[in-house]
Amino acid sequence: MATTPADGALPLLLPDEALARARAGNSYWKNVWERLREDKVTIAVTLVLLAIILLAVFAPLVVWHDPLVGSAFTRLKPIGTERHWLGTDEVGRDLWARMVYGGRLSLLCGVLPVFLALLAGGSLGILAGFTGGFLNSAIMRSMDVLYAFPSILLAIAICGILGSGLGNTILALTVTFIPPMVRISESVTAQVRSLDFVEAARASGSRTLPLLRYHVLNNVLGPILVFAASLISISMILAAGLSFLGLGATPPHPEWGLMLNNLRPAIWVAPMTAALPGVMIFLTSMSFNLMSDGLRQAMDVRL
Amino acid sequence: MWVYALRRLLYAIPILLGVSLVVFSLIRLAPGDAADLLIPPEAPKEVAAAFRARFGLDQPLHVQYVKWLRQVLSGYLGVSVVSNRAVAGDLFNALGNTVVLAVPAALLGFTLGVGLGALSAFNRGTNLDKVFSATAITGVSLPHYWMGIVLVAVFSVVLNALPAQGMGPPGLPKTWEQLRHLILPVVTLSLIPMGVVSRLVRASVLEILSHEFVGALQAKGLWRRRVLFHIMKNAAPSVLAVMGLQFGYLLGGSILVETVYNWPGSGGLMNLAIFRRDVPTLSATILVIAAIFVLINVLVDVLQAVIDPRIRR
Amino acid sequence: MTAAPLLATRNLRKHFSLRGGLLHRVQAVVQAVDGVSFEVHAGETLGIVGESGCGKSTTARLLMRLVTPDAGDVVFDGAPVGRPGGLGLRDLRRQMQMVFQDSYASLNPRLPAAMSIAYGPLVHGVPRSSALKRAAGLLEAVGLRPELFANRYPHELSGGQRQRINIARALALEPRLLILDEAVSALDRSIGAQVLNVLIDLKRRFNLTYVFISHDLDVVQFVSDRVMVMYLGKVVEIGPVEEVYGHPRHPYTRALLSAMPSMDPDHRIQQAPLGGDPPNPINPPSGCRFRTRCAFAEDVCARREPPLGGVPGPLTVRGGLTPPSCSPAHDAACHMLVPGSGHTRAA
Repeated sequence: MATTPADGALPLLLPDEALARARAGNSYWKNVWERLREDKVTIAVTLVLLAIILLAVFAPLVVWHDPLVGSAFTRLKPIGTERHWLGTDEVGRDLWARMVYGGRLSLLCGVLPVFLALLAGGSLGILAGFTGGFLNSAIMRSMDVLYAFPSILLAIAICGILGSGLGNTILALTVTFIPPMVRISESVTAQVRSLDFVEAARASGSRTLPLLRYHVLNNVLGPILVFAASLISISMILAAGLSFLGLGATPPHPEWGLMLNNLRPAIWVAPMTAALPGVMIFLTSMSFNLMSDGLRQAMDVRL
Repeated sequence: MWVYALRRLLYAIPILLGVSLVVFSLIRLAPGDAADLLIPPEAPKEVAAAFRARFGLDQPLHVQYVKWLRQVLSGYLGVSVVSNRAVAGDLFNALGNTVVLAVPAALLGFTLGVGLGALSAFNRGTNLDKVFSATAITGVSLPHYWMGIVLVAVFSVVLNALPAQGMGPPGLPKTWEQLRHLILPVVTLSLIPMGVVSRLVRASVLEILSHEFVGALQAKGLWRRRVLFHIMKNAAPSVLAVMGLQFGYLLGGSILVETVYNWPGSGGLMNLAIFRRDVPTLSATILVIAAIFVLINVLVDVLQAVIDPRIRR
Repeated sequence: MTAAPLLATRNLRKHFSLRGGLLHRVQAVVQAVDGVSFEVHAGETLGIVGESGCGKSTTARLLMRLVTPDAGDVVFDGAPVGRPGGLGLRDLRRQMQMVFQDSYASLNPRLPAAMSIAYGPLVHGVPRSSALKRAAGLLEAVGLRPELFANRYPHELSGGQRQRINIARALALEPRLLILDEAVSALDRSIGAQVLNVLIDLKRRFNLTYVFISHDLDVVQFVSDRVMVMYLGKVVEIGPVEEVYGHPRHPYTRALLSAMPSMDPDHRIQQAPLGGDPPNPINPPSGCRFRTRCAFAEDVCARREPPLGGVPGPLTVRGGLTPPSCSPAHDAACHMLVPGSGHTRAA
């Protein structure tokens, strides 16, 4: 049985447990996991996110109206209407259905660009950070050019010129997030590369690939992943913003940003309904932010 | 330090060239060129060919690029396909309107951000800290354009206290009427900088407080205000850097708020250009805003080097 | 002794350029190691002493080829290093290993001790289970019980324990020569003494040769058979440890040793103390580098660099026709020792 001290340090153990723990070793990730377990806010937020994700994934099971079908007779019904518990939108479509299916699109636009940017930008950054010299300069200078555009401007530029649609949105957002991913991967990798244990590993005659696998990656992935998690909320807000401008998802797709735009005129008549998509964006984005904050705090362990 | 500033400025030149290249390629990537837009598809091919030859659209890309670049550098930013006016004039007017919005929003956001962040850090763990941190993270997680809609709903529709849209009389805000139009957009725009700066200030101050030298200063018996001054001086470089970046974002990323409030700024101009497929206007706006952003970055770097001597390499 | 040395270097040189200014031009050159030659014989411990900045650590890195020399040769067991037809880097690193000063930074915080030790053999093709078994054996050899320490992480260990793991890691590849760069300098005296005893024990057990770098004169005296004194990138004295400590011939060595508090009231050392300012490795003095602080400096010292004990002999290359190097003599680089150099105190 463990006792938890009040100041947030790790719990104390009884002697036998301590011995067993000493034998087993106390890895960094185990430390992180234990801190996370104590962090109530992060747990709550992660559960909320899971709920949203599950709803989005199992959309057909929880929704009993077609999100694309509306009727002129059921326009802008308020919350709590019989058979439409969240009301309907300006064309008469069930809002609950559109919200849940909209969650799919919005989550996709939040997670996929960050994931792709992580793969592309992360590899480029680690490569640049590890090799140094000319390759490093070439990669970082090219990223500097992309960095010269404020993020939303780059996304708008790509979508505005290539056209709207979900595919272009994801492409635009991926391109927008590659420079920050490259920058942070390079910075972290360059720091790790100059540490003594990497030099010692090289001194044992190791080739590059095992060096990366055993010594670099496990030290570098943590901060990179935390950073990527914080980008997800930005990606969602940007994607919704693009749809709001008419550049992202096209009607009749239920995307939260697009719904926000379409429901704007309705704010005079049905303010709660009009505000709903924004609330969802806010909630999801806030949850991602809090979760990535919690992760960063748990990982900032001074060992 | 001048060497560093000069070096930084020189370095901005290839970046600007790169930016122009990106904008140029985006223009060229747009499906269809001016000939497709203006000449009906039924016309014989020779007409289209003659049109292209006349406007230099059939020349190799790098020749077109150089020609375009020279035009841009001499101040000619193209002619709007829609209004048939020179883009440059409209763009600078619109930019001025955006600056009218961006500067107060920056001031408000930064002041609130520094205040909230510092208070949070010095009262770490208390309810005050929790409330302020929640405010900060709300500022960052909120879709600010949605907040704008909500503010309009509350203050314009329900309370009928402030105008819902538009800029009112043009020019620098001197009258109360102009200021009334300014309040809601500025508040909306200041949310993100407030959130970002607040979180950064809180983290920086906490980090500095944990350094030993703070304890040494307090042990020396320095009055609290002086310790505060020392802490702020240490936090300044990174906070100023982020402020500079945020100001750039305010200038370049105001399009969403300007759309909500129908503000005739550069963002509104871009929005119209997208809607009407006015490629010259759109590309010129992007180019100018990106160029301004690059210069702001240079300024921020030099400012950082002035404050933090460790940075001058 | 007429056996060929295990490790020999000749005229090793490494300069670091400092860049700055508008175009990143080279503004200054740090002459870290400038013409260093010495030999290490199999089974002995060569100590290297000197103040901070004298080039000891750079020399160590040059030997391990972690840094490429600008000039000079390194010959390991008769095979030239880094030349075509000679010893490749990977093979060199199987035979020569290094233990660093910072015990915490030398270990990957994400790997348990056994993995850190087993990494070397793993990347040289040893299967995982045998590598881990070898790691357990080495943990035993350095005095740490494998059942308790194999899965521990660096942050769960004390400084002395970490340094033992570093030693075990260095030994995992079964090298013949171990370079110890300030290996006990960061540890408490008593812990450091324990680690030194472990090192001595291991040397005997595994038939090792050591190069022991330190700024701590006592420790070097305790552990070494021969000692080499460095100053500002050059070798100023080299010889058997009793000789150098008992009868130092270079003024710098004498000053260093006189700075050591003497334990014997009958042998109070009465040499002139070091004078002048410590010079900059960027602009070393001409001729003999020590002359700005030497009590006996004269004109000849500024004009010509003193050679280390006469003309340096040729290196021994296996299969070559050159004669083997001479016995471990006691040499110092000072004009006062060279007859006919022009110095008034020369014999």
